[in-house]
Amino acid sequence: MSSARMSSATVRDDDLASLEAGLDALEAGPEERKDRGRRLLSAAWPPVVAVALLLGVWEMAYRAGVKPTYALPSPADVGLRLVDQLRDGTLLEAMGVSLSRGGLGFLVALAIGTPLGLLIARVRPVRRGIGPLVSGLQSLPSVAWVPAAIIFFGIGNAAIYAVILLGAVPSIANGMVSGIDQVPPLYSRVGRVLGARGWDTARFVLLPAALPGYVGGLRQGWAFSWRSLMAAELIVKSPELGTGLGQLLEEGRFLQDMSLVFAGILGILVVGIAVELLLFAPLERRVLRRRGLLLATR
Amino acid sequence: MTLTSSDLAAPDVVRAAGPAVRIAGASKRFGAGPLVLDDISLDVAPGEFVCLLGASGCGKSTLLNLVADLDVPSSGTVEVPGGRAALMFQEPALFPWLTAAQNVELALRLRGSGKKERRERARDLLGLVRLQDAVDKRPHELSGGMRQRVAMARALAQDSHVLLMDEPFAALDAITRDVLHEELVRIRQSQALTVLFVTHNVREAVRLGDRVVLLSSRPGRVAKEYAVGIDHPRRIESPEVARLSVEITADLRDEIRRHGTAA
Repeated sequence: MSSARMSSATVRDDDLASLEAGLDALEAGPEERKDRGRRLLSAAWPPVVAVALLLGVWEMAYRAGVKPTYALPSPADVGLRLVDQLRDGTLLEAMGVSLSRGGLGFLVALAIGTPLGLLIARVRPVRRGIGPLVSGLQSLPSVAWVPAAIIFFGIGNAAIYAVILLGAVPSIANGMVSGIDQVPPLYSRVGRVLGARGWDTARFVLLPAALPGYVGGLRQGWAFSWRSLMAAELIVKSPELGTGLGQLLEEGRFLQDMSLVFAGILGILVVGIAVELLLFAPLERRVLRRRGLLLATR
Repeated sequence: MTLTSSDLAAPDVVRAAGPAVRIAGASKRFGAGPLVLDDISLDVAPGEFVCLLGASGCGKSTLLNLVADLDVPSSGTVEVPGGRAALMFQEPALFPWLTAAQNVELALRLRGSGKKERRERARDLLGLVRLQDAVDKRPHELSGGMRQRVAMARALAQDSHVLLMDEPFAALDAITRDVLHEELVRIRQSQALTVLFVTHNVREAVRLGDRVVLLSSRPGRVAKEYAVGIDHPRRIESPEVARLSVEITADLRDEIRRHGTAA
């Protein structure tokens, strides 16, 4: 090669580099804009207004005397009772008992549901055999399992955990199945072209690709765990079991103490919402945002 | 002085070693369906850039799948003597949960290279496609052209001297495509690549290829071959490229017309 030709080639190359740089700059979108404080504020006021309206309607119903006071206490009564419950620790203790049961049950459901989902998704006879059953189980209210669990396990923690598992395992397994079913076939082909076989395909392609569906399943699995637990606690009750939120509710009903019942319901809601907001929503958002499946501003 | 196509041939590839891709009498039929490919024979020399051109139903992609070892021919043989061929699709098909660098690293990892080595090599390859500033970006943060360049870096990470490309620029806008044509010619030259490039775009085939192979449709057969013989650097809008494109387009139209009269 002559030096003259070399230099002309270099000039051309620089030319292409700058052309490409310009094109990249034009086509890549502007950087994400973040304004956390403002977004939080604009997200916070609608629920606050909604709760205030709800309390207002409740107060009016109380003043109008729609029901006798023992059946419909005022919001202030319930609030005071709630403060009492919090002070003497009964409510917090019940929340702790239920949360630890729900958490443990969920973890066991996770350990069973995940491989079960993988099996259903990847092994055809398993899918044909139990796939419809597992997705059908999702529509069965878990409270329906309580009598069977009591007969089988007796009144005790085993019955409670059995009901949780029967509620949560199908959700988690189904999340896994739908996550894997939604993996574009092109990804598997790319995996093959890059030389992935067997376990490598699952580890580097299939499982990460299925993650959004799986996380959706976890979220639903938690909701089912929590609901199943409440159904079980309402019915499975004995002194040595400790008092969970469901048992607190049942105690309130027994004592005709509406304020206690409301306090229990609030406790159930608070735990359910807190786990959702602090654990699953951020997890799901993180997974989706990393993949560009979530708009930055919302 | 201009570069001639023989200058572009890879210097470090021994031509005497035989073809980089050897397709001998390959036919393909899916199940009991009609014949998709009928007795295709085609050798691609090391360092050669061959464009496969044809209308719908000519089995271009099926043929590439055979060369990529994603499928086996019903009869005949398809060989890539240097080992596995790398394949690029029409979509970049990057994994959205990985950054640009991690996408490239995955190809290296699946070939068993160590952590430090693959980090450096991924950076080098992304530098080669001029994306050194985008290594930590995720696919959704990149433009279509940038994604396809990451896919190119990932294909190069397979360390194969044979690169198969299945209409890789068909989904891009004309300006981006033009830039990527230039990029591909540059990289192919610097990396001593043998390229088998499928397209339905006649001008693209003439712009890029040393040789253009026209396939007939249903079943796919080799209808005609053209030696391009236009000096690099080429421009897609140049009169030489246009002249050969007119000739090939006329033949392609005749091929397509045959199907109308037969039916």
